[in-house]
Formats: sequence, C-alpha cells, structure tokens
Amino acid sequence: MFAHCSDPGALEGLAWLMCYLTSGKHLLFYASFGTVLLLLAITAPIALLFGFGGAFAVRSRFRPLRWFGLVYTSMVRGVPDILFFLFVPIAMDQALEWLRSRVYCDPTVPVRQGNEFVVCALAKLPRSDAAEWVHQGYGFMLAVIAFSIVFGAFAANVLNGAMSAVPRAQLETAEAYGLTERQINRRILIPQMWTYALPGLSNLWMILIKATPLLFLLGVEDIVYWARDLGGTKTSTYAYPHPDWRLYYFLGILVFYLAMTWVSQRVIDRLAARLSHGQATMAGEALRQGAAP
Amino acid sequence: MNECLQAIADLGLRSIGIGEALPRTGLTLCQQMTLIASGLIWNIYFGVLALAIGFWLATGLALAKASRNPALRRPAEAFIFVFRGSPLFIQFFIAYQAFVLLPREGIELFGLHMETSWLTRAWAGALIVLVLNTSAYSAEIFHGALRNVPKGDLEAADAYGLSGWSRFRRVVWPTTLRLAWPAYTNEAIFLFHATTLVFFSGFPAFRQQGDALYYASFIADRTYNPFVAYPIAAVYFILLTLCLIGIFGVVNRRLNRHLPGASAKRLRFRPNYIR
Repeated sequence: MFAHCSDPGALEGLAWLMCYLTSGKHLLFYASFGTVLLLLAITAPIALLFGFGGAFAVRSRFRPLRWFGLVYTSMVRGVPDILFFLFVPIAMDQALEWLRSRVYCDPTVPVRQGNEFVVCALAKLPRSDAAEWVHQGYGFMLAVIAFSIVFGAFAANVLNGAMSAVPRAQLETAEAYGLTERQINRRILIPQMWTYALPGLSNLWMILIKATPLLFLLGVEDIVYWARDLGGTKTSTYAYPHPDWRLYYFLGILVFYLAMTWVSQRVIDRLAARLSHGQATMAGEALRQGAAP
Repeated sequence: MNECLQAIADLGLRSIGIGEALPRTGLTLCQQMTLIASGLIWNIYFGVLALAIGFWLATGLALAKASRNPALRRPAEAFIFVFRGSPLFIQFFIAYQAFVLLPREGIELFGLHMETSWLTRAWAGALIVLVLNTSAYSAEIFHGALRNVPKGDLEAADAYGLSGWSRFRRVVWPTTLRLAWPAYTNEAIFLFHATTLVFFSGFPAFRQQGDALYYASFIADRTYNPFVAYPIAAVYFILLTLCLIGIFGVVNRRLNRHLPGASAKRLRFRPNYIR
C-alpha cells in the first residue's frame, strides 16, 4: 500500500509490521469484517419479516396455513441450526438449477445421473463465464437465505409468544371500539407486542452475531477464511515470511465478537428501558415509580 | 432386510473406528442410515460428558459470581463474559491452534512428564471447549436462579438453625436447581446441537471417525444429493432432542415432587432460542 513497503525483505521491527498489516490480502481481511456486518444488516430485517410471517401463520384461522406455521416454527427446535446451514444453500442451488434446466435445457435429459447432478451450461447458476464477484455474491445470497430461514423460525417463536402476552383486555377494548382485525393488528397488537418480544429478540440478535462465523462453512470468504489463509505458516518464498500465526488471528476475531456482543448488550439495555415506558409490566412500574418522587 | 442387518454389522460402530474405510460412492439407504446413526455416538459422548462435568463447574462459577468477594467474582464474570460473548466456532479454532502450538514431545510439569498430542484430537480438545462453553452458559442460568431464591426460604433455613454448607446443600441449592431447570433443559438441548460443530471447526476427523452431521455431509458431498442424508440426520436429532426432554422432565418432576400440583405440572418443550 505504501511506497516504502515495496521491498519487505529490507524492513525490520515496527516498519515491517506496519507494511505487513497493510498488505493487499490484509485489506481483503479487513473488508471481510464488512461482509459479516453486511450479513447481519441484511439477515436481521429479512429474518424479522419471516418471523412475522411465521407468527401470523401460526395464529391464522386457516388450517393449512396454521399447520405450515407450526411445522416452520417447530423445525428449529429439534434440529441443529448447522444442519440447516449446510442443507439449505445446496438444496436451494440444486432447486434453482433444476428449474432453469427445465426451461433452458433438453427436458428429456435427467438431472441426476448416478452420483452426479448435471445441468447444461445455460442453466448453471451462476454461469461459468460469470465474473468472480458474481460467484461470491451468489454464495453470499444463498447464505443470507439459509440464515433468514433459520432465524425467521426462531423469530416467529418469539413474536408469537409476545403477541400472546399482550393483555387480552387491550385487544378487547379495540374490538369494542369497532376496529377490524387488521386495524387491531396494526394499531394495537404489533405496537404493544414489542416490549414482550424484546428479551427474546435481543437473545436472537446475540445468537445471530455468534452464528456469523458459520459463513465459512458455506464457502464465503469471510473473516475465518482470511484468518486461516493469512495466519498459516509462510515460508521465505512469500513477501512476509512468518511461522504459524493463526492463533493470533483467531484471538483478534474473538476480540471483535466480544466487542460486538458487548456493544449490542448496551444498546439493548437502553432500548428495553425506552420500550418499558408506560407499560403494564414490572419494568414499566419501576420506571414510573423512579420518575415520580 | 438381511442387507440392512449386514449394514448395521458393518457400519454400526464405524464412528469409533471399527469397520472398513468408507467407499467413495454407492452407499445404500440402509448403509447411510446406519452410518449417520453411528455418528450419533460422538454427539452423545460429547453432550453427556460436557453436561456431566460442566454442571459442577457451572455451580461453582455461579456461586463465585454471586460472591461478595471481588477476587472470586471478577474472574467468574470475565470467564462467563468471554465464553458467552464469542462464537463456539471461534472457540474451537482458538483451542485447536493453541493445542497445536504445545511442544510435540510433551511438557514437564512439576517434574511430571505430560503428553500433549491427545489435546489436538477431537475427543479431548473439543470436549474441553464444550465443557468450558456449557459451564459459562449454565453458570449464567444458575446465577439468575440463585438470585431468585425466595427470601422466605432463607429465613426459614435461618430459623431452623441451618447455616453454611448445610444451608446451601439443603435449601439454597435444591431451590436454585428447581428454578433453573427449565432453562437448563434448553441449554442441554442447545449443547447437544452444538456438538455437531466439532468436526467442522479445525479438529480433524481422525480416520473418518466423525459425528452424525460429519457423515451426513460426507454422503451429501459424495452423492451431490442433500435430500437424503440431511433429513436422516435431522430425524435422528429430533429423536435425540425428545429423549433429552423426557430425561430432563423426569428430573424436573423429582425436583418438584414435594410441591402441590407437581404431578400435573409438566416440563414444557420450550424452543431453544433463549440461550
């Protein structure tokens, strides 16, 4: 990056370290922290949306929809999430390629040939002549879908519980005022639900943060990938030879995650205090009494 | 049918090293089911031992965290913060890298010669990480329960002249467990699910001896078909989870047996998102 780094062999001590830490691959490593944050930023709203969908499906009066909701919300209880992270991307990939192969390829050729999954070049996703970033982006998208499905199911559990916790009298009052079901949902149920949902959702956010290194298992070039790549022993054929430093890279990642969870906890605590204002809960009562004298 | 019995005989104990090297392709459905089931041995091994050891460590940590003495409280708080605040996946990586850095020929400790190579193997290294991890989570649960022991119980204990160890053993500890048990059940389920991470996180599967998910992904990678192996593993884990809930439910009833309405109050299967 800097001009004086052009000959790393001649450098020593702090200058060597500075040049080492600003090498091209290290910049990619730093950028991959952005990948993690991006995953969090995209997954959290989508998962919340899936959660709302799942929660309303469970509460639906329409039976098939309710059954779907129950299966969706129960599936994450008994099965490890890692299994979904391994299963969903490859299943999605094959499903999409199969659909495309029905359109773009000769439909008489079977897709499964023995132990191979073969589609013609046109149906490949992404196309084999696509740029590198398209391949990375496609992998990332599959990861986002896998995370959203799993955390959507968790969120549906939390939101369904929170909706059931809203005092029945508040909803009855709304009914007495002649509000329709949709109006009750939008104006009473959802606004009043947040204070009950917050403990569960904040837990979920913490679990989501701690699940992000699993991106590595999905083949995305995330922080774990770069830590293993950069930390491994580098012989003197490399510009910056060093012994096995993976431990230090992983300790760096550990500090990153500890900082993330610590900051999140601070934010959640403040949010909880705000949401408890005027609520008919213990925390709300404590706030009221604290403010009175 | 005979084929399936043969598969069970061939592959039933494959995960602990009894059996041939795995064929690259062409496993029948029976063989796949047996192979993945044999992997469950490792999940149960890690889960049961980590819970059994972690339980006692967690009790100690919870007491240390509730202590007024900062020399006890601070380290316990730091330990719980580090292990609850970071991903288990990263903890596995760090532990593995740290164990690899230990000198291969062993270390001299207090004049004793200690082998170190076994620490880099999953059965020991990953178990240590899982024990520490589950103790941190369980300690937080126990600590929360400890703070919620009713004041009346303690006053009653004082009135009966109980103090120190006997007060803890007979009053505080049983009540803590009773309060913590539903959350602890969740933690146990979560721990069993977390054991599937071991063979994906640095610890190599020695001679193709892995857990259920390792074999499921092994088969899915070889056959390019995720729609058979993963659902099999999923069904096994659902059954395992139901067994766990059954066992913890029995303990829960025993803990609550003297309370009115205890027989009616069942432990409900609550989702595991509250880790």
